[in-house]
Amino acid sequence: MSATTAPVWTKTRQQPGALARLFDNKAFLIIVCLAPAVGLLMTFLTYPLGLGIWLAFTDTTIGRPGIWVGIENFEFLMEDPIFLNSVFYSVFYTAVATFGKFGLGLWLALLLNQHLPMKSLLRAIILLPWIVPTVLSAIAFWWIYDPQFSIISYLSMKMGLTEGPIDFINTAWPARWSLIFANIWRGIPFVAISLLAGLQTISPSLYEAALLDGATPWQRFRHITFPMLMPILAIVMTFSIIFTFTDFQLVYAITRGGPVNSTHLMATLAFQRGIPGGQLGEGAAIAVAMIPFLVFATLFSYFGLARRKWQQGESND
Amino acid sequence: MATVSVRQAKKVFGSTKILHGVDVEIADGEFVVLVGPSGCGKSTLLRMIAGLENISGGEIAIGGRVVNNVPPKDRDIAMVFQNYALYPHMTVRENMAFSMKLAKAPADVMEEEVKRAAKILGLDALLDRYPRQLSGGQRQRVAMGRAIVRHPQVFLFDEPLSNLDAKLRVQMRSEIKELQQRLATTTIYVTHDQIEAMTMADQIVVMNGGRIEQAGAPLALYDRPANLFVAGFIGSPAMNLLPGRVADGGFRTDGGALLPLPPGANAQAATYGIRPEHLMLADDGVEGTIVLVEPTGSETQVTLRIGETQIIGAFRERVQGRPGDLLRVAPDLSLVHLFGPDGNRLP
Repeated sequence: MSATTAPVWTKTRQQPGALARLFDNKAFLIIVCLAPAVGLLMTFLTYPLGLGIWLAFTDTTIGRPGIWVGIENFEFLMEDPIFLNSVFYSVFYTAVATFGKFGLGLWLALLLNQHLPMKSLLRAIILLPWIVPTVLSAIAFWWIYDPQFSIISYLSMKMGLTEGPIDFINTAWPARWSLIFANIWRGIPFVAISLLAGLQTISPSLYEAALLDGATPWQRFRHITFPMLMPILAIVMTFSIIFTFTDFQLVYAITRGGPVNSTHLMATLAFQRGIPGGQLGEGAAIAVAMIPFLVFATLFSYFGLARRKWQQGESND
Repeated sequence: MATVSVRQAKKVFGSTKILHGVDVEIADGEFVVLVGPSGCGKSTLLRMIAGLENISGGEIAIGGRVVNNVPPKDRDIAMVFQNYALYPHMTVRENMAFSMKLAKAPADVMEEEVKRAAKILGLDALLDRYPRQLSGGQRQRVAMGRAIVRHPQVFLFDEPLSNLDAKLRVQMRSEIKELQQRLATTTIYVTHDQIEAMTMADQIVVMNGGRIEQAGAPLALYDRPANLFVAGFIGSPAMNLLPGRVADGGFRTDGGALLPLPPGANAQAATYGIRPEHLMLADDGVEGTIVLVEPTGSETQVTLRIGETQIIGAFRERVQGRPGDLLRVAPDLSLVHLFGPDGNRLP
């Protein structure tokens, strides 16, 4: 008997090359994939922030590298009335402007949420103040507030409401309020459109149910709209507070911190001291002093307002 | 508890007519189901009764009082919405107590009412949960609880079971029916599901295209449908409706089948209607070819082709045929429905 055995062929496992094995290595892959992002963040976020913080603890001026002076800059600032005034005005500016923006923005959002003719056109118009570059609108307000050529002064004199031009930005308090007004004007679209988006997520049947339950319009707002809007309100408010507290363009374009430093925000004062004034260390210290305020505002609105039990589902305990 | 009268109610959205003058009389404590295909105006009619839509014409009276210009909260009604419309930021207790809270009821009364409703609906253990933490059926019950605590004159239900799965739907169907019988509150219930309508209603109002096709007791609609629409809508599987004419000593369908007519049948008949369950297996019946056999256990549904006409039969017997086999069936002549050329039932 002749047995013929079929030729047996076994595939030889090819050993992967060194490069292929390297790319199969999870740790290596993670590093390779993360490197570009980390690099960008380090270069453009961490380094400037770190440099700013480091500068705050030195006596660097333009043209002269500084030496480490510890908290000397801060000690000096604590006794500097101009700095203390800018802290006061920053907080005041943020508080009043945020209040105004949310009051008016919410009102506008509620109006836009109704069935209005030409609704989408109106919504587009509402966005205009936000689309225009801030410096442009700041210059427009500068004209509006101009001591001689102000249109408001002109109209009120024409109508006989005032005898002479209105003082908008030439004394401390009128200037402060004028800037706050300009900031509110500019901030409303962001608030209104964000809150409108929030309002539109509320199911109309909830209002119908409340209507049948006997709720008045105010009660519907108080018990349905407001609590349902709370999460988005918290997020929008966090952003708004950050943007307002760090505002620079409006103030710098309209008053440059004047008259007599009365309208300096911390951001404008930091710039004023650091760049035109040349005191880089001191300017950086003012900027660093803003951080605790921002962290506090963020934590407050995020944890104080954002998460609610009813949003989370799952277990109640 | 109250009667509800809808007299010549009309609804117009812009140039679109939704309701063309609808009349419904609902007796005290009655369970009325408005049923029809989507877009027939049944939900609109319910919302008009609730006061969520204004009334373009005619009038609606609740308990003898015309409510055309009465705001929803003063109509003494409670409504259960399709998506339940529970307030997501309130617990079950707060949801149920909301209407009383708005009416500034004393706390102990509120608590007692909520407890009572929770007990009726089996929600006692869930009072401190948020709607998110509830299953579909539990949310449904909370929505009903919110209606119950108000002791309304009329309950309105807008497709309340359509978001539930099939099994739960059957269970909630009997729960709602039982609850209504216990509370004896006038109830108007909207659905597109004719089985819900048949099983729950004291009176069914079949609507189509903004008009009422027929109103009456479920079995009356089943036994004597007034027109082709009702005949095709009520009953599952649907009635066989075969167009044709009276000829050759019987009814000749357009497909060529010759079906027997009851004695004294109207010669004007243009459509022959026979329900699947009223076809019988008979050796002397009409011969057809089996197209499909669908056994459900309790009965067997068979699709037959007679000439070019397809008809469906439902038999208690277990039909053992295969597609292509021949089967002889005969209609129960006392249960044949004949419709005239205008689609209305012939006497």
